[in-house]
Amino acid sequence: MASPLRERTHQTESDRLIAPGHDFGTVTDQISKIVLQRKTPKGWWLGFVLAFSVLQLLFLAIGYLLFEGIGVWGVRIPVGWGFDIINFVWWIGIGHAGTLISAILLLLRQEWRTSINRFAEAMTLFAVACAAFYPIFHTGRPWLAIYWLFPYPNTMGLWPNFRSPLIWDVFAVSTYATVSALFWFVGLIPDLATLRDRAKSKPFKIVYGILAMGWRGSARHWHNYETAYLLLAGLATPLVVSVHTVVSFDFAVGVVPGWHATIFPPYFVAGAIYAGFAMVLTLAIPLRKFYGLEDFITLKHLENMAKVMLATGLIVAYGYMMEAFMGWYSGNPYERFMIWNRMTGPYWWAYWSLILCNVVAPNLLWIKNLRTNVPFLFGISFVVSIGMWLERFVIIVTSLHRDFLPSSWGMYAGTRFDWAAFVGTLGLFFTLLFLFVRFLPAISIFEMRTILPGAAVPERDDE
Amino acid sequence: MKGRLPGTPEIYGLMAQFRTPEEVVVAAHKVHEAGYRIVDGYSPYPIEELSHALGVHHSPLPRLVLAGGITGLLAGWGLEYWAAVIEYPMNIGGRPFNSWPSFIIPAYETTILFAACVAVLGMLALNGLPEPYHPVFNVPAFALATRDKFFICIEARDPKFDRTGTRKFLESLGTTDVYEVEH
Repeated sequence: MASPLRERTHQTESDRLIAPGHDFGTVTDQISKIVLQRKTPKGWWLGFVLAFSVLQLLFLAIGYLLFEGIGVWGVRIPVGWGFDIINFVWWIGIGHAGTLISAILLLLRQEWRTSINRFAEAMTLFAVACAAFYPIFHTGRPWLAIYWLFPYPNTMGLWPNFRSPLIWDVFAVSTYATVSALFWFVGLIPDLATLRDRAKSKPFKIVYGILAMGWRGSARHWHNYETAYLLLAGLATPLVVSVHTVVSFDFAVGVVPGWHATIFPPYFVAGAIYAGFAMVLTLAIPLRKFYGLEDFITLKHLENMAKVMLATGLIVAYGYMMEAFMGWYSGNPYERFMIWNRMTGPYWWAYWSLILCNVVAPNLLWIKNLRTNVPFLFGISFVVSIGMWLERFVIIVTSLHRDFLPSSWGMYAGTRFDWAAFVGTLGLFFTLLFLFVRFLPAISIFEMRTILPGAAVPERDDE
Repeated sequence: MKGRLPGTPEIYGLMAQFRTPEEVVVAAHKVHEAGYRIVDGYSPYPIEELSHALGVHHSPLPRLVLAGGITGLLAGWGLEYWAAVIEYPMNIGGRPFNSWPSFIIPAYETTILFAACVAVLGMLALNGLPEPYHPVFNVPAFALATRDKFFICIEARDPKFDRTGTRKFLESLGTTDVYEVEH
């Protein structure tokens, strides 16, 4: 480059977004090498085979569920929503970080998003795929769910009830899945063209060639492309807040104490971003380690993600505080009983573990030494994921299991088929991620080129 | 080239290669000032200044996307109104058939859905993609346009194009190489 490291010469190691010494060529080669290398690394096979084996549990769980019926799950009145909804909310929440990184941080010109947006978007898509499994199968007879869920002119002349939050959810989640997939694919087009031009083997050339659709990096094309990319970011931005808002309406619109709260939408959205960044960290740390991407996913990225986690974690903590406060302040005996039952009832362990994971643990991120300690971040990302799962467990189960009439109280626990389905979706998620990392560039190559020193061209004043 | 229609130029155009983004933008300005109009620049990442230098300023895409969004809003709302008021009216807890506050969310989602689909399909349509064949790929060095090199191609259809004159002009722009692009 003419002027390497023009603006970034005096940056410390923990402060840079890309290691020094890279140019357009090396960035391209290093990222595309992961996909184009002939020999698949042994570690990849190990991880893939493990994930794929775990995925078989999902098929087993679905097969038995369809054969026997919903009774194989632990849901019994009064707890009619169990693992299915807990896991649905957990997975869909994880997806939100991907959209926040790709859309909101793009609009806010946060350059550090550039090396993590691609796989975070992939994570979004795969998390939504895992989430979609639960509502579809908890209908019991998913082949009938088409007319329960989607408005289409069927021979029975039936239409869904658009006043129901469950139908809102169908629209919110399917739009979210579609827009995320479009955004992801549009971002991939120039990189697919790079892979097409750099692939050595014929089948790779053909497949990437078809997917790249003849992209040639024309200035006229880039002009429309950039416009479309920004518009998509603008369109995905309201989705970041609306999807989990609509999910929270599934609860908040009902009259169950513990669900019927106006704080739910913002508190759910913050929780979603919190959980999502934890998952991005869980994925980014091994990815950069095993593929030697420390030059592109630097300590700065990890620290920034930790900061987002800290901020959203504090919002979530505020949500818990307000729930407890309103339980007391409302003066409503059912609300008061609900919050007291959460803290001291039979599920007290879930509530206090959740406080430990989601309120106490993230506060450690105030300390810079911990925020930049990679093994610690890896550990805390798991703590947060577990905490967010417990949050949904607490919200759903403790609100339902002791409702208005003590005669109808009950207890809930997931059966082995609940657990098989949950672990199975983890298998699905990681199987898809392993395939993604093997066949598509995990870091956006063309966007990495734009943040290199020397990439920006000063606009000329016309003489 | 065999099979060429009478009246079409012998080659597709002339292509010049550049090493840095600054060089290609400066060259693009000169090409535009020299009066060439059927020209395209190629770069491995979006360079706003390059498209500006070639005289590309406005994209019709935002208007299309706005139209798509409005269509989505009307389609979503229309669907809800038609289903809940005309085709299948049901008394749900005494709410009016046209329960507009409840209808906001699906209509809002279809607005975003339609707009996003128009943004993607519109971008592809305006760019003429997918495009299975394009002459620029006949230049072997053009594979670097998706890696680290920058190109400008003046098409032979341009009225000012002259096979030797244009080549000389391109060579004067500080290019590393000038290639003839076959059809």
